[in-house]
Amino acid sequence: MDKGMTLRNLRITRDGQPLVGLDRAIAAGEVLTVMGPSGVGKSTLLAAITGTLGPAFKCSGEIWLDGHEISNAAPHERRVGILFQDDLLFPHLSVAENLAFGLRPGGSRTQRRAQIDAALSEIDLDGFADRDPATLSGGQKARVALMRMLLSEPCALLLDEAFSGLDAALREQMRTLVFERAKARSLPVLMVTHDTEDAAAAGGDVIRLG
Amino acid sequence: MTKGLPLRALPALTLLAMLGPVAAGLWGTVLPAFGHFPVAGQSGPSLDPIRHLLDWPGLGKAIWLSVFTGVTATVVSLGLVVLITAGWWGTRTFRALERILSPLLSVPHAAAAFGLAFLIAPSGWFARIASPVLTGWDRPPDWLIVNDPWGLSLVAGLVAKEVPFLLLMTLAALGQSDGTRGLRVAQALGYGRLTGWVKCVFPRVYAQIRLPVFVVLAFGMSVVDVAVILGPSTPPPLSVQILRWMNDPDLSQRLTAAAGALLQLALVLGTLGVWILAERAIGAAGRRWTARGGRGRFETGLRWIGFVTGGASAIAVLAGLSGLVVWSFAGFWAFPDALPGGFGLRNWNRHWPGITDAFTDTAVVALVSAGLALALVIGCLEAETRSGRTLTRRGLWLLYLPLLVPQTAFLPGLQTLLLSLGADRGLGPVIAAHLVFVLPYVFLSLGDPWRAWDQRNARVAASLGATPAAVLWRVRLPMLLRPILTAVAVGVAVSVGQYLPTLLIGGGRVATLTTEAVALASGGDRRAIGVYAVAQTAAALLPFAAALAIPALMWRNRRGLHG
Ligand SMILES: Nc1ncnc2c1ncn2[C@@H]1O[C@H](COP(=O)(O)OP(=O)(O)OP(=O)(O)O)[C@@H](O)[C@H]1O
Ligand SMILES: [Mg+2]
Repeated sequence: MDKGMTLRNLRITRDGQPLVGLDRAIAAGEVLTVMGPSGVGKSTLLAAITGTLGPAFKCSGEIWLDGHEISNAAPHERRVGILFQDDLLFPHLSVAENLAFGLRPGGSRTQRRAQIDAALSEIDLDGFADRDPATLSGGQKARVALMRMLLSEPCALLLDEAFSGLDAALREQMRTLVFERAKARSLPVLMVTHDTEDAAAAGGDVIRLG
Repeated sequence: MTKGLPLRALPALTLLAMLGPVAAGLWGTVLPAFGHFPVAGQSGPSLDPIRHLLDWPGLGKAIWLSVFTGVTATVVSLGLVVLITAGWWGTRTFRALERILSPLLSVPHAAAAFGLAFLIAPSGWFARIASPVLTGWDRPPDWLIVNDPWGLSLVAGLVAKEVPFLLLMTLAALGQSDGTRGLRVAQALGYGRLTGWVKCVFPRVYAQIRLPVFVVLAFGMSVVDVAVILGPSTPPPLSVQILRWMNDPDLSQRLTAAAGALLQLALVLGTLGVWILAERAIGAAGRRWTARGGRGRFETGLRWIGFVTGGASAIAVLAGLSGLVVWSFAGFWAFPDALPGGFGLRNWNRHWPGITDAFTDTAVVALVSAGLALALVIGCLEAETRSGRTLTRRGLWLLYLPLLVPQTAFLPGLQTLLLSLGADRGLGPVIAAHLVFVLPYVFLSLGDPWRAWDQRNARVAASLGATPAAVLWRVRLPMLLRPILTAVAVGVAVSVGQYLPTLLIGGGRVATLTTEAVALASGGDRRAIGVYAVAQTAAALLPFAAALAIPALMWRNRRGLHG
């Protein structure tokens, strides 16, 4: 089975006008960086991959993930994880409940609780299980959001300016954490960014749109 | 995808629940209006009902009253809202006005009208406070203030209730039309605040509050409960006369009522048409006025007129409600005394059994219709989200349609229709009739917060493997708990306030706090009216308290939901 993500002649139109396109394979463990001016359609490209394009858009071409075509799968069946600039932790759930939302179903209550505790200590947040996400610092929120996504066992990772909201030191830390985890799990990563440092840290190819 | 089917059917079902009764009612009006009414042994077509209507000596005056009170109330309410917003928007004074006006929105019309009547009647609170020191009265003067032949107190009662409604609609429209910057530019060009606002911001705002203004006009021209309480009675406005014909033991009078209902519809449509023509004329005049470039005169005076009148109308409703409370606990209360000689629970004890019965019916009808409306509205909004098609302009008109067709035009027909089907009893038909009016308000209340919800939450949840249903139930609905409960509260308040649908469709067998309170109007037992009107107000306001308290309790440890 060929691991990784392949975008085969992916073309997106808005109201009939061509907007962006990409024709690329991203190997397992590789990071592909996409840069380009604002409004060129970077976020739209990621939405096409997660299957959440707005009604104004149409997309053609094929998206393959780990040997399956997912172009027509429902968003929740695609197993594509995404991180945005905002952490988007669900404000009505505690930190542990947010992680449990991500964690694949299965296992007893104690098993799941143990998995969540382990996940929390992996991101240095032991004892934060019952905290209100609104009371966390920006860096802590970002780590919970990352872990929540990893617990859903995605087969690919999309980053939509995921580090832009963090200050320089935190940004560095978070980048390392994300790329490490992605590599450890052999995930193909597609990163959209405005920041050349992000691109340099990723180490992979850079594509410029627009 | 099989699960998607019922969801996709919901918008159609909602339209049916909302417009079906209106269409059926209009149909049920047309037949008897032309003499076809088998239940009373009449079969048409004939023009007799219309002839009877035209023979009624009060017709001219009744028509004039309906048009005069409806149009005046609308013009005054709209003018006041414009003066308040143009003169004070963005200031601390405006926020204070907004804060005392907005809760009045949910006070039932009937309670507000009773409160006003208790205030301004010759033996009302104002007269009592001013007597005998200022007036020299030791007996109430023999003046017709309430139920005055011109309908001026009726206009006042309507204005007091419609100002909060239009103000809230204006604020919602302002939020979407970037008025702040428009006003700032105008002020930088040397325009006074009021003139700048009217010239720059008002045209966009009016485009958005146009339908609510139409609703106010149609409502004011055809209202029954407020007119029974505050309006003239010999002759009454057309709407009240239609109700009298409907209640006549002689079944054949229903034919006259049906003819009157058609006339009512024609009156409202005709007046709306004239209003639309007037909009054009005023728009053109406004453009010329703007082009002349005047920077504004009489600004200060106009601003203060807006402030004083707006404040006075809010205080009148609040003082009126206080008056109701005082009367409900009052013992003996001699005329010029400002307060009763004693307070006690006697009135409440006496009416308690009646109150609890009426409260049960009120609560059942309100909760069921608001619950049904909520389910339908959430279904529609979720279908809208999933299909990506938002409400069009036409859809918005359909949503407002049940509020634009006067109740007196289609409810009599609906009742006659139910009567001939033998389905004119029980709570079911009443709930269905309430749903017609509850649905649009619940939709309007929940629509904006629903669409403002950050859609990326759904994308994240889906990328975590949540199905669309899980996104709805586990993420979206909990996060929207507060606006959802507010929408339910709005629905309950609308249902609690309904008079005509309960009375006509319930066939007199469903007694709610509102029908009971209005039935007391002619008797003049102020203690009984006080008790019922206070209970009615409480029934409408309590859900709003719950809508504030429940999310605060449920999410007490979730700061992200208290924004
Ligand atoms: N729901 C929508 N309907 C119609 N057009 C949209 C919609 N969402 C975005 N657009 C338009 O599509 C284009 C691409 O938007 P997109 O968000 O993908 O840009 P981007 O490259 O991510 O920009 P940025 O760097 O600012 O985030 C823009 O011109 C935007 O205005
Ligand atoms: Mg973007």
